[in-house]
Amino acid sequence: MIKTVSQINLAVNEKLKIQKNSIKNGTSKKRICIVTGTHGDELEGQYICYVLGKYLKENISRLNGTIDVYPALNPLGIDSIMRGIPGYDLDMNRTFPGIESGTMPEMIAYEILEDMKGADICIDIHASNIFLREIPQIRMSIPTSEVLLPYAKMLNVDFVWVHASATVLESTLAHSLNSTGTKTLVVEMGVGMRITKEYCKQLVDGIINLLVNLEMLTDVEVGEIREPVVSLDGAVGFVNSPAAGIFVPDTEFGSIVSEGDIIGRIVNPLTGEIVENAVASCSGLLFTLREYPVVYGGSLIARILRQEDKKND
Amino acid sequence: MTEKIIFALESVYREPLEIKAFCFGDTSKKTICIMGAMRGNEVQQMYVCARLVQELKILEINGHIAKNTGIMVIPCANYHSMNIGKRFWAMDNTDINRMFPGYNLGETTQRIADGIFTEIQGFEYGIQLASFYQPGRFLTHVKQMVTEFTTDDGLAYFGLPYALKRSPKPYDTTTLNYNWQLWNTKAYSLFTHSTDDMKEDSAENALNVIMRFMKKREIINYPIHAGYVTSIINESDMLQIHSPCGGICRIKTKIGDVVERGQIIAEILNPLTCEIFAEIEVPEKATVFFHFESPLIVEGTVIFKLVKNNDF
Repeated sequence: MIKTVSQINLAVNEKLKIQKNSIKNGTSKKRICIVTGTHGDELEGQYICYVLGKYLKENISRLNGTIDVYPALNPLGIDSIMRGIPGYDLDMNRTFPGIESGTMPEMIAYEILEDMKGADICIDIHASNIFLREIPQIRMSIPTSEVLLPYAKMLNVDFVWVHASATVLESTLAHSLNSTGTKTLVVEMGVGMRITKEYCKQLVDGIINLLVNLEMLTDVEVGEIREPVVSLDGAVGFVNSPAAGIFVPDTEFGSIVSEGDIIGRIVNPLTGEIVENAVASCSGLLFTLREYPVVYGGSLIARILRQEDKKND
Repeated sequence: MTEKIIFALESVYREPLEIKAFCFGDTSKKTICIMGAMRGNEVQQMYVCARLVQELKILEINGHIAKNTGIMVIPCANYHSMNIGKRFWAMDNTDINRMFPGYNLGETTQRIADGIFTEIQGFEYGIQLASFYQPGRFLTHVKQMVTEFTTDDGLAYFGLPYALKRSPKPYDTTTLNYNWQLWNTKAYSLFTHSTDDMKEDSAENALNVIMRFMKKREIINYPIHAGYVTSIINESDMLQIHSPCGGICRIKTKIGDVVERGQIIAEILNPLTCEIFAEIEVPEKATVFFHFESPLIVEGTVIFKLVKNNDF
């Protein structure tokens, strides 16, 4: 059943509506929220919502509980290819928990949060932005990891990044929900403005596995689920561009690199010269790689999950 | 006056971004720093600083800058965005004022923030010419973020009719103002009437306000009007009125006006028929501190901020 979670009148003859598909069957009170589209340039979650919705429709008799699917928290951003909220230039994921009588973004954030509160699990799906490609991963803060990690391992992702808390992240949907006791996992995968079907399918398999584990889906077959690498901040190496130019990758995304390997080159098309090489800061899995070629000094080129140097073994 | 580049960033096809600072007095002393535009639309903020540079040059030549004090003015930290009409960073749309204290090995705007902050931390006083994210008009005012590190209450030294105090939200912790305080600078944000457009009278007012603060802090010695007796109010105590619907916004008052209970101060019109959707009525006698300014308004938008007159 399609329900409107929040709505507001725009200036000219149009309502902004935040909608969800509430898919329900059986007697169980358990409820899972699948939420995406907070950033208008992150579209991987669109395909996940479609595939999951189709699957649940076809397997509705096997469902016991409620799956609330929120495909677009920021519909105006998705419609206009804008990361933030059009007209406000605000990052929606810095407006939570919102304010009931606040500004338009704050009111919407409040109503969304109120609607999701009390769910058993919430999965907040983000793609990367247009600049970076990411392998399917879940991110969580250290204080929430004890509770969230067992669920993260069910979701068929490659990597779980347990990071330090930052005050600025207290304005996110995930932090706000976790603070109210609604267990919320943040997924990052793929790249902005694109759909990576392979990753979407991988996560949908993980969500189905989670539902089976929570006894909300029965009589369904679940394939093999990946055991993610779980890592703390210290195990992640960063490669930032050493110069301005055009980044041309020389290494395959998702591959294992050794410290000092050339990940790619920063070139100058005007002079036909290599300006600098972007070099691996440590050995390990290249789980983030720059997708958008134009760089300034400091632009993120890659993240590496530190591992033993297997290439040299 | 000495001019120096405090941070430079190469670009593949554009000339390097070179952030310039103008220093006056004893350049070995870090007495006061005035930060202008960090966003590409903060033209007014840049202009106020440019006027300040102009005035301080004259004061310095005439010996009106106190001994053992150093003044730094940074009119514009982000002209790469200003030159292409963008508010945030030209490439990735990130906000430099959400990147403090910065990180010299981090992403581009973290490096810019680090480059700026390395130079401007340690000043005794810091004034940032700030802007609001919504289109509208403000009474010129100064704002102080009240944190656990706030050590000084110099709000009245600006001599403005109103000064605001505000409790920080989580997203404020990466702003310049917050981090200045964290590193023991007494930090203030100064808001003028406008952002994108230049208003000479408002800019002159802001200039005088900064000069007055410097005079009262004995950084400059130059005769200047003493200003107003400042009413210091908590931002959360203001009356905030939201638009009850979307449509064409017709404001019927102006900032600074004292409005009476029941007075109609705005109308929201049906944009297709001009029928009146809603009238905005004053809930109690107050002074108009902020009004929204754009022809179209979305339901829920803050259309007015009013200072209740019975507060004083």
